[in-house]
Amino acid sequence: MANNDLRSATISVLVENESGVLARVIGLFSGRGYNIDSLTVAPVERDGSKSRITVVTQGTEMVIEQIKAQLDRLVPVYKVLDLTEGPHLSRELALIKVIGTGEKRAEALRLADAFRARVIDATTESFTFELTGATDKLDAFLDLMRPLGLAEVSRTGVAAIARGLKTIG
Amino acid sequence: MDGTIATSELMKSGAEALLRALTAQGVDTIFGYPGGAVLPIYDAIFQQNEIKHILVRHEQAAVHAAEGYARSTGKVGVVLVTSGPGATNAVTGLVDALMDSIPIVCLTGQVPTHLIGNDAFQEADTTGITRQATKHNYLVKRSDDLVRIVHEAFQVARTGRPGPVLVDLPKDILINPAPYREPGNQPHRSYRPRTEPDPAKIKEAVALLKRAQRPVVYAGGGVINAGPEASKLLTEFVRLTGFPCTNTLMGLGAYPASDPQFLGMLGMHGTYEANLAMHDCDVMLNLGARFDDRVTGRLNAFSPGSKKIHADIDPANINKSVVVDVAIVGDALATLKALIAAWKADSTRQDKSAMAQWWAQIDLWRAKQSLRYTQNRDPGSIIKPQYAIEQLYKATRGRETYVTTEVGQHQMWAAQYFKFEKPNHWMTSGGLGTMGYGLPAAMGVQVAHPDALVVDIAGEASTLMNIQEMGTLAQYRLPVKIFILNNHYMGMVRQWQELLHGSRYSSSYSEALPDFVKLAESFHAVGLRAEKVEDLDRVIAEMIAVDKPVIADICVDEMENVFPMIPSGAAHNQMLLGPEHKTNGQPGVTDAGLALV
Repeated sequence: MANNDLRSATISVLVENESGVLARVIGLFSGRGYNIDSLTVAPVERDGSKSRITVVTQGTEMVIEQIKAQLDRLVPVYKVLDLTEGPHLSRELALIKVIGTGEKRAEALRLADAFRARVIDATTESFTFELTGATDKLDAFLDLMRPLGLAEVSRTGVAAIARGLKTIG
Repeated sequence: MDGTIATSELMKSGAEALLRALTAQGVDTIFGYPGGAVLPIYDAIFQQNEIKHILVRHEQAAVHAAEGYARSTGKVGVVLVTSGPGATNAVTGLVDALMDSIPIVCLTGQVPTHLIGNDAFQEADTTGITRQATKHNYLVKRSDDLVRIVHEAFQVARTGRPGPVLVDLPKDILINPAPYREPGNQPHRSYRPRTEPDPAKIKEAVALLKRAQRPVVYAGGGVINAGPEASKLLTEFVRLTGFPCTNTLMGLGAYPASDPQFLGMLGMHGTYEANLAMHDCDVMLNLGARFDDRVTGRLNAFSPGSKKIHADIDPANINKSVVVDVAIVGDALATLKALIAAWKADSTRQDKSAMAQWWAQIDLWRAKQSLRYTQNRDPGSIIKPQYAIEQLYKATRGRETYVTTEVGQHQMWAAQYFKFEKPNHWMTSGGLGTMGYGLPAAMGVQVAHPDALVVDIAGEASTLMNIQEMGTLAQYRLPVKIFILNNHYMGMVRQWQELLHGSRYSSSYSEALPDFVKLAESFHAVGLRAEKVEDLDRVIAEMIAVDKPVIADICVDEMENVFPMIPSGAAHNQMLLGPEHKTNGQPGVTDAGLALV
């Protein structure tokens, strides 16, 4: 526990889908000085009664344990699961607008193909790509697009789930 | 529908349904202040006799009064205030209750649902403002939810780690008819605090404790919150083990102060023996305390050689600042029951000679008499504040006495020199350190215990922060005694300025004070003053004898400091002792310590 190394943690939080619940989670992070690298939230039950928040954060082991304990004591929280404790999958989606002409435009399309990004909109001077993958894949693609006319990015943040039979419920 | 049974009865108004729910929750008293948004509730209160309403003079005082009521009875304290400024004025009290884990339900009025978000008159985003100031809060948007939410608010406030819960009530919800349902006993959907400790952890703890050579029990407010039975079991456990026991500021009364195994309070202004026992122990048992920074001093020098066992109802308190070896999550009462049973079941023999050596060491520390001071008894001598508390304690012994405090030097002297034998008789603002807490808290205590002696040990600066409550005392004939240690300074600020800021007394002198005797009289109370040592006992006797609210203005030594003191950024074994002790070193405050406040 006395380990002072920083680590990244992907934490899924199953919450009652009620007003203010996201503000409670975000307020907890800002009030106690924890980092938020990424945060996603959406209802996950068919009746809309529960939402799943996935938050990517960084801290020492002690801080991450604190974050989980603090999240767990919020009244509308059902379950807190630290996915980084076991094998898990995490994905992000990005919409990426690249503006350019000529060889740069052609190169952007070739690279998009290599990354399995889909073209979802195009003009004679632009492409809009849709790319899904782990955070580092998205980062790598964006690095390549920067000199080719990267104009705008919209990212969803990380959604994550445990591998195998393990579930949050 | 959780928490309630299905059958419902339609009430004429939300306000009536609300009052019925409060009655079902055992509420007999509300501390509040009316306003436009809550008029329907006040109208309903007017037409019933089961719930008594105490009209305060400021909403902050309503919350502190409810805290005093809650802490002295073990019940949930209830507050009722209006929207906007009523709610914002209550915020300090809510944070105070949050920090000290006091069960409160605060009902706030809100503008009608169709006006929410419109910047309406006396509208504030109350749930937004109080989200981090409460354990949980609710905005009631549908009449159907009203009663369920009120029942749930009480459940959340009093269970697990207790705390303040706020229910925001739009005016139309209070006016429109609403269904009433009795509270059910189904568990909450998502909120399920753990109360029963893990038996394996208890066993592990007892194995450490049995083999301890230099043990110490460090008990806090969690033991008090677990009810008087937990304090009894703490005493039983400590006597069974033969261990020394120290209490935090919040825990005073959890262990009888007169017991020979009691080391006094620990921490920044704790006794020499308590702090050194914490520093030098080999096994520490923390029961219901949270390793607060005022207790630990410099963290990397805190009890460096000990195995630490931490029992707390809130898992978030464990390994927050101090890394422990055995973590027990559970209610203090259940934990103590389990510890006693496991101790009896474990046949390991204690190392009696090591324990005898440990007690011999503790006796050497005690011989320092770290709370020693000198009171000159010659007529005309100035009163030492410590002496004033000791004389007050002696005069009240044998009576049912409740003590509240404001915040500052007088608070620490009260903690050091007033001896508490039982839980729930000491109410002080520990975590937040709220000046102005003591008078309204005393009011709440007196409402709950009309025949008891209730004393607010105060400073002249703190008590002025809620002095308007003298009006409440007069209206309800609450004979609270306000015992002011008047040193004409914000004493603790002055002390820090003396020790840490080169005696530059910046804005800490209490300029232009009122005449407290006349102030008392103008509020229909009795004013008394002790200027010299020979006046003190007479004033105390008269204060106790009078069956009215009293302000006793005790003029004390202006330059007295609170000792012992662990300066911020120092370790337990770097304690400063008072001028009575020749070994008093230089204040060892580092720049880092200065920043710790």
